[in-house]
Amino acid sequence: MRYDLHIIASWIEPGSKVLDLGCGEGELLSFLKREKRVKGTGIESSEAKVTKCIEKGVQVLQGDITEEVHDYPDNTFDYVILSQTLQQVLEPDTLIKELLRVGKKIIVSFPNFSYWSIRLQILFFGYAPKNRQLPYEWYNTPNIRIITIKDFRRFVRETGCEVIKEVDINTHSDDLQGNIIHFLPNLRATYGIFLVSRRNSTP
Amino acid sequence: MSEYIEHDHNGISVGLVEKKFYTFAGPHDELVLASGARLGPITVAYETMGTLNGDKSNVILITHALSGDSHVAGYYSGDDPKPGWWDTMVGPGKGIDTDRYFVICSNVLGGCMGTTGPSSPNPVTGRPYGLDFPVVTIGDMVKVQKALLDHLGITQLLAVVGGSIGGMQVIEWVISYPQMVASAILMATTTRHSALAIAFNEIGRQAIMSDPHFNKGDYYSGPKPDLGLALARMVGHVTYLSDEAMRSKFGRRLQDRDNLAFDFEANFQVESYLRYQGSKFVQRFDANSFLYITKAADYFDVGLQHGHHSEVEAFSKVKAKILAISFTSDWLYPTYQSRDMVKAMKKNGLDVSFCEIEAKCGHDAFLLPNERQSTLINRFLNRVSEEEHDAL
Repeated sequence: MRYDLHIIASWIEPGSKVLDLGCGEGELLSFLKREKRVKGTGIESSEAKVTKCIEKGVQVLQGDITEEVHDYPDNTFDYVILSQTLQQVLEPDTLIKELLRVGKKIIVSFPNFSYWSIRLQILFFGYAPKNRQLPYEWYNTPNIRIITIKDFRRFVRETGCEVIKEVDINTHSDDLQGNIIHFLPNLRATYGIFLVSRRNSTP
Repeated sequence: MSEYIEHDHNGISVGLVEKKFYTFAGPHDELVLASGARLGPITVAYETMGTLNGDKSNVILITHALSGDSHVAGYYSGDDPKPGWWDTMVGPGKGIDTDRYFVICSNVLGGCMGTTGPSSPNPVTGRPYGLDFPVVTIGDMVKVQKALLDHLGITQLLAVVGGSIGGMQVIEWVISYPQMVASAILMATTTRHSALAIAFNEIGRQAIMSDPHFNKGDYYSGPKPDLGLALARMVGHVTYLSDEAMRSKFGRRLQDRDNLAFDFEANFQVESYLRYQGSKFVQRFDANSFLYITKAADYFDVGLQHGHHSEVEAFSKVKAKILAISFTSDWLYPTYQSRDMVKAMKKNGLDVSFCEIEAKCGHDAFLLPNERQSTLINRFLNRVSEEEHDAL
C-alpha cells in the first residue's frame, strides 16, 4: 500500500465508519476492513477501478465524488478520506465543507506545491514545474489547484475548523516508502496529510 | 429480454435440470392479490441447480424478466438444442457458481411457462382464464415465490438476483422480506417505469388487443393473435437494443438482395431480423401473459407502494447488501434510474455498491456473456457468503 495510505490508516480507530473519496482500486478500504474491522465505502469514477474494489470485497459506488457525497445524511461517517485528490477538485472549499458535514473528521492529503525542487524549477527555468509527483504539462494536468502545506493550514483556520493531526512526508506518488518531515515541511515535504474536524464538533 | 440463448463457449454447463411444480392456495385458501382479488389454486413451475448445504445457507433465488422462465440454465435432455436463458452466468465455476450455491428459479405468476397465468384453466369454468385472470403485481409474483420457498423449507436467501423486470422482483424481495435476504443483485432495472417504458409497453399491448384474433383474450380454442404478439415483440426488441448495437449489427444492409426491391417485403436486414424475432416469439409465448406481465411492470412503483411516495422511506427497512449494475447504452432503464435508486439506499445507510458497465448492446446487456458482470457478481457473492459465515 502507498506510504501516505499507511499513515492515513494508522489514524483510523478500529471499527469506525469510513468514506474514501476517489478510492482507486480499494487498497486502503480493503486494508482497513481486514486490519481494523472498518465499515467502509468508496467512491470512484472509473469502471475498471470500481470492479477491482468489488473484487476485493470493498463496498463502492461508481460516480463523481462531488455529486455522490451530497446524498449522505449529516455525520454518517467517522472519517471521510480525500487522498491525493484535492488538487483536482473544481470547488475545494465547497467540497471540504460538505465532507465535514457527512463526516465527523476528515483526512485530506495533497501534493505540496511549495516543495523546494518545484520552487527551483520556476525560479531557474521559468517553466511550470514537472516532477514525479506532478508529471504533467500545464495543458494536460488534472491538478488544477496549486496547494501548499501553509495554504492548507490557513484554509482550515479560516473555515473555522481545526487541524487535529498533521504529518508531512517525503515520498513519491506511488511509493511504498517515505519518511516524515518535521523540519521545514513546507519546503521539504512532497505531501501533506491532515486530520481535520469542525471546531465545535459534537462527540 | 431477447433470444440470445446460446451454448456456453467453454462447454461448461450445470447439466440436466428438471422443471418441477408446486401447487398451493387451494379452495378456501386462495392468495389475496394486491388488487384485492383472490386467486387459487396456484401452480408454480420451478427449477433448482446445485446442492443445498446442511444449514440451508447457500440459496440464491434468480428472478426472470418479461419473456424468461424457470429454465435459467442447463438442459432438459441430452438432445436439447438450447440451454436455459442465463446459462452463460449460472453453472459450475461461473458468475453464479452452482458448485457452491443452490440456485432456484421459478416462472412468474401470470406467465405461460408452467406457473398459473391467463392461459391456465379457470377452476370456475374449466376453460382458460383469458382476461378473467386478475391483474397481478410484482408484489404478487414475489408472494408466490415466497410460498414456493416456504414449501421448500428455505428461510434464508444468500442472494436474490435479477435483471429488468426480474430486478423489480428483487427490489420487492428486499423490501417485503428484509430479514430473509442477505444480499441482492440488481441489473438494468428501475424502481418504477418511466413514461417512455410504459409507452412502449402500451404499444405492445395495443398491438395484441387490436389483432383480429384477440377475441377479448378468449382465443385459446381458435387462431391466436400471433400478428399482434409478434408486433409487440418487435417493438419490445428494439427497446432492448441500442442505436449503436443496431448500427453495427445491421446498419442499412439489405437482406438477400443487392438493390432496393421497391416493395414492402423485408428489404433491410433489420426488418427481416425483427420479423424473425416476432415469429419465433409467438411459438413460445402467450399474448395474454405479455399483457399481464407488462402491466405488472408498469404498475410497479417502489415509493408509492412501500414508502408513502418516498423511495427513501421504501428502502428504510432493507437489510440486504446491494450490488446494482447498469449499462451505458440501456435507454429503456437508463443509468440515472439506477443512480436514483442507489441514492435512496445511501440515504438509509445501506451497504450498496454500484457499477455502470460500458456496454454497446443496450438493455439486454445483462443477459449477454459479459466477463465484467460475471466477475462482479461472482466476487460480490464471495464477499457476502464470507461475511454471512463470519457472522454466525
